[in-house]
Amino acid sequence: MAEFCMPSLGADMKAATLIEWKVKPGDFIKRGDIIAVVEADKGIIEIEVFEEGVVDKIIVPEGKNVPVGTVLAIISSMKEPSETKEEKIVEGQVIEKKETALKLEPEKVLVQEKPVPPLPEVLEGKKHFKVSPLARKLAEELNIDVSTIQGSGADGIINRADVEKAAKERELKKKIPVTEKAKMPKEVEYQAGMRRAIAAAMSRSNRDIPHYYLETRIDMTRALQWLEAENQKRSIKERLLPAVLLLKAVARALKDVPGLNGYWIDERHQMKDEIHIGFAISLRQGGLVVPAIHNVDKKSIDELMAAMSDLIARTRAGRLRSSEMTDATVTVTSLGDLGVETVYGVIYPPQVALVGFGRISEMPWAENGMLGIRRILSATLAADHRATDGNRGAQFLGSMKRYLQEVSML
Amino acid sequence: MNGKTRETVKTTYRDAIREAIREAMRRDERVFLMGEDVGRYGGCFAVSKGLLEEFGPERIRDTPLSESTFVGAGIGAALGGMRPIVEIMTVNFSLLAADQILNTAATYLHMSGGLFNVPLVIRMATGGGKQLAAQHSHSLEGWYAHIPGIKVLTPATLEDARGMLWTALADPDPVLIFENSTLYNREGELSVDAGAVDIDHARICRQGNDITIITYGASLYKVLDAADILEKSGISAEVIDLRTLRPLDDAAYLSSVAKTHRALIVDEGWRSGSISAEVSARIMEGVFYELDCPVERICTAEVPMPYASHLEQAALPQTETIVTTVKRMVRKNG
Amino acid sequence: MTEKNIREIINKHLTKIAPEADLGELPENANIREELDIDSYDFLQFLIAINEEIGIEIPEADYGKLSTIEGIIRYLSARMG
Repeated sequence: MAEFCMPSLGADMKAATLIEWKVKPGDFIKRGDIIAVVEADKGIIEIEVFEEGVVDKIIVPEGKNVPVGTVLAIISSMKEPSETKEEKIVEGQVIEKKETALKLEPEKVLVQEKPVPPLPEVLEGKKHFKVSPLARKLAEELNIDVSTIQGSGADGIINRADVEKAAKERELKKKIPVTEKAKMPKEVEYQAGMRRAIAAAMSRSNRDIPHYYLETRIDMTRALQWLEAENQKRSIKERLLPAVLLLKAVARALKDVPGLNGYWIDERHQMKDEIHIGFAISLRQGGLVVPAIHNVDKKSIDELMAAMSDLIARTRAGRLRSSEMTDATVTVTSLGDLGVETVYGVIYPPQVALVGFGRISEMPWAENGMLGIRRILSATLAADHRATDGNRGAQFLGSMKRYLQEVSML
Repeated sequence: MNGKTRETVKTTYRDAIREAIREAMRRDERVFLMGEDVGRYGGCFAVSKGLLEEFGPERIRDTPLSESTFVGAGIGAALGGMRPIVEIMTVNFSLLAADQILNTAATYLHMSGGLFNVPLVIRMATGGGKQLAAQHSHSLEGWYAHIPGIKVLTPATLEDARGMLWTALADPDPVLIFENSTLYNREGELSVDAGAVDIDHARICRQGNDITIITYGASLYKVLDAADILEKSGISAEVIDLRTLRPLDDAAYLSSVAKTHRALIVDEGWRSGSISAEVSARIMEGVFYELDCPVERICTAEVPMPYASHLEQAALPQTETIVTTVKRMVRKNG
Repeated sequence: MTEKNIREIINKHLTKIAPEADLGELPENANIREELDIDSYDFLQFLIAINEEIGIEIPEADYGKLSTIEGIIRYLSARMG
């Protein structure tokens, strides 16, 4: 049996609202299935599951805002005998399981001894809210659910004033016509939430990460000629965007210089084998989402174009998946469309590098003693100096430059 | 002079009690006072000063230093038709007479099949705060309130000091009056025609809406001071002086708590098994569904009363503690 | 297909990409990618939509002719004959 918890969908997410269950008790689920949809500061996100089994019990109902780590549902594996389930749910914590582990695998005791975290405070039906007798009586009379009230008394006790306030707020809500209260404030709140999330992540980055910046200019003439020739052969729907070449080159270069692909966590540099590129996608209404394109190094150019199109479309429609929100190992941001020459990026923690691309523009370019007009791209690397040094960064940019100049290598 | 304004006289708690004794002696010749040093010395707290000269040694009687003996003699006199006032120096020494009080005075009506009442009044000093150390400073009135068959009075005001004695003497059963020793010097205005008061009701000393503070004896003044301070913070405290610890006037404090929805009990006794515990329990029993936060208590620290002044003050309930406790309990949100 | 029809189709698909834009206020000769903040991905989606609706192939080399509303109308009208 496993507890399916509200995942953290980014370094600074604290809570999210469960807006839809895609499964019901008794449903069979397998790894990678989307089982719920949540709304976080970053938007609507589809949550994938990483177990295989049967949904045993839904604990958090739709519409409820819960902190990261809250048990949302109980999933039982197929093997487990079902008669033990009820007991364990009542217990709330999987203590019995730990005891078994103690007996069977004594060498694992040290690992297992971490204290079982206390149940999150919002579990339905288990939490005993501290409500004063008077407040409880009043709440019953006014038909107010005390679990929706924040207590203001000593020790967070819910008292009469809290219930009266909740009743008053309910009255106010009733008075506001539906049309006014609906759309706008939610959109505004969503915007404010996203701004807060970005603010928190970027503040942390600027505070904690000693950035170093390297810049290089890349002659894209041949790469673009290849792309144009390729696109000429293709129907409009199958055409490629230059961004695909850039993503592919970044992935290739990261294979050569793996130090820039990964995280800095707990004072340790953790390199990753998988290359999941967080691709910065701006939203028309403002704000930015950086979902991951998975395993960029293993995808062909066409697969990558398809993946990118899918991701952009889903980002703008607000339908991202939890894994896309969490497992980017590096970030790419491209502002060339807006005419920006050079991008100096802020790393998204705990990643250790961000690659920025500016505009590709025609420039006079001297090479081998000859002056010509070439299409030039400015590429930058912002990297975490705790994890790597300039030398490593330079190797990365050099490698990327080679791939972009010789497209056949991509 | 305004017809409604009664004439008052400046007096002290001590003088008010003496006046009560004097009045009782004059009104009823069966009344007499007996105790250690009450005659020639005038009482160890000077309550009976001058009475020996006025009433003579037959009615103001010095006794041997044997609480068991003279309380027993008082019981006998009461059974014989007299109306004795027995003074015990402090509540601590009353323990030497505990057998007489509990096993005899309190049980006699029952044991005699309702034939014999014991119309005895025992006065004694109680409480700390005068640096009299651990053998003279405790507050055991809560213990006595445990015993059926007696009444336990704790006059805090001049009116009660002046008026409770006569009512106690008129009661057919044993009545214990506990005079907090820090109150004897307390000055105030008392109506010139002050006289007997009832001993059956608690009194609301101050009206309020946010919390009920229940207390008795010398703590009343600390509570009233705290209520003044709390008023400046916008907290309106209702203050109740229990006056009589046995029998408790349940209706008075329960109806107040039902109005304010919060209760704090300030009790100079030790916390465990105290009168504050009893009042708290009765609030739970009586008005649980009116409570908006847990009942709280401020009592004396559970130590033998220290001699050193700062330690003694630290052990006793104090105004500041009452203020901070109430603020935490009430926590007004804007 | 009249010029009016073409304009309606263009407006329909631009509105999908930039729902907040007031296309009536947009000058005929304004650069739509700059004015409406359309990036290369959005632009490709726009051309795909036009292609699906009226069936005209637009080679990448011609993208430069499609930067304004009047340019797009002229280009499409010419190819529809």
